[in-house]
Amino acid sequence: MDANQSSPPKLTRRNYSKIIRPIFGILVLGYILWRLYLVLIVEQAYSAEVWVRLLISGLIIGGVYALIAIGYTLVYGILFMINFAHGEVMMIGTFAGYFLFEITKGINVAGAGNPPLSFSDAYPFLSVILAFLVGMTVSATAGYFLEKIAYRPLRGAPRLIPLISAIGASFFLQNAAQLLFSPQVRDYANPQAIARGSGWNLMINESRIVITYTGVLTFVLSILLMIGLYVMVQKTKLGKAMRAVASDKKTAALMGIDVDAIISRTFIISGALAGAAGVMWGLHNGLVHFYVGFLPGIKAFTAAVLGGIGNIPGAMLGGMFLGLVESLGPTALGISFQLKDVIAFLIMIVILVFRPSGLLGEVLSEEKV
Amino acid sequence: MLNVTDLNVYYGAIHALKGISFNLQEGEIVTLIGANGAGKSTLLNTISGILHAKVGTVEYLGEIISDEPAQAIVQKGIVHVPEGRKIFAKMTVLENLEMGAYTVNDRQLIQDKMEAMFERFPVLRDRKRQLGGTLSGGEQQMLAMARGLMPNPKLLLLDEPSMGLAPVLVEQIFDIIQDINHHGTSVLLVEQNAHMALSIADRAYVLETGKIVLEGHANEVMNNPMVISAYLGG
Repeated sequence: MDANQSSPPKLTRRNYSKIIRPIFGILVLGYILWRLYLVLIVEQAYSAEVWVRLLISGLIIGGVYALIAIGYTLVYGILFMINFAHGEVMMIGTFAGYFLFEITKGINVAGAGNPPLSFSDAYPFLSVILAFLVGMTVSATAGYFLEKIAYRPLRGAPRLIPLISAIGASFFLQNAAQLLFSPQVRDYANPQAIARGSGWNLMINESRIVITYTGVLTFVLSILLMIGLYVMVQKTKLGKAMRAVASDKKTAALMGIDVDAIISRTFIISGALAGAAGVMWGLHNGLVHFYVGFLPGIKAFTAAVLGGIGNIPGAMLGGMFLGLVESLGPTALGISFQLKDVIAFLIMIVILVFRPSGLLGEVLSEEKV
Repeated sequence: MLNVTDLNVYYGAIHALKGISFNLQEGEIVTLIGANGAGKSTLLNTISGILHAKVGTVEYLGEIISDEPAQAIVQKGIVHVPEGRKIFAKMTVLENLEMGAYTVNDRQLIQDKMEAMFERFPVLRDRKRQLGGTLSGGEQQMLAMARGLMPNPKLLLLDEPSMGLAPVLVEQIFDIIQDINHHGTSVLLVEQNAHMALSIADRAYVLETGKIVLEGHANEVMNNPMVISAYLGG
């Protein structure tokens, strides 16, 4: 740097932000600590079982967010664009699972019980596996064509253009779903064995907590899928090629990697994860409609940014974090539960003010920028 | 082996290569020398399929390859080691080598080739689990060349392999290039270091603003007064 490095800092715009940030941070932190103190120590309004219940629901929703967030992060890592239609890809998966359960519900298995059992009740395990396979396949196909139709023609365009295309694709898919499936809200027909709300009972302080089967299924499956994805990206030839393309497309092409094919596969993998998240969402929350992908999509995008966009473990961590904050936050701060979205986004703003690159994102030193 | 005829390449409105024609025979080291912006890297990028020519053809082993995509050209046996080495910084040395062998499907072949690379570049063996970005400039150049040799190319395009390296390392790199050539790989070498390049090359072409202005045997080019004053600093 030059000679004026040693002179006292002037109040330029950058210096203002340097002062405002810590003040803002201290205010927010102070508020949070004060509320936590009031709720947890002074009032002691909630007993342990409330916290356990919230923790469990936070982990479940966090797993779903994490799966969707991985899709945002994978695509961003390779194309440097936000795939705003990703929530709709999840919605399509939710519908695919819904229709599969409707079909399996309608098939009567001959000679099994009286009255005859439907296929989905007679073989709950098989029909759930089928639902996930169908949901993942349909969403993966949707992701593949989304890239081919909406993004590939714009590959050389300035970065804002595919973003607009993504928003357009998102509206298109929402409206197409509304036209095809009508705007009504439908109930997911879970197999009897994993009906919503049924589960294992856990007693804490004389009160009963239900650990739902759908919740356990969602959590375990999302963790397994995340581990699978991580191993795939780290160890397989496809995963390594994805990393190579993400870091330098031109050099990747010089290695003989078909860059377009790798981009297609990235969308297929993102879509499959979103599809799995969609079926989980349907099984656990029970409702499906054309708008079902919007909020999880936005939340998962938030989670991806929170973890450091482009960073896969960051997306997993961000998703879990957001799920837990959203679930525990309102109660811990003594705020109405209806404000959970406000809290989730507020926490995101606070974190991004202090770490603009996200929790695990690369830190660019201010001097270098 | 390689026949380039009347190649014209544009960057938008900029006419970067203006009717380049040259050839390379099997087993040769041919060097392209020229100042910055003469079009040397553009020419290599066109041969390797990253750029496509508006007019003109690239013919390789009797086959027109100028419309093929980059990955198809690698499969045909032309490997381009780009300027600035372009190591995948967040991948390990091993993973970088694996990417070099992306077009090879035989695992055993990849293993053998990797072992051969560790023999030729012992420093890479010591660093094989390190991330590419943590290597020094010379080590990165070795890795870039090893990565380029992984698919066993018939023709190696080297873009500025000596850039930014200490003189001792430059000598070493050029020894390796000669060695690679002795083992049967033809080399098209783009260099700023004209002296070193001419000393190992069989033939040379001099590029100026997108045109070939001089060609001939390396010694002839080295003794050409214009080349001496413009590129050999004397």
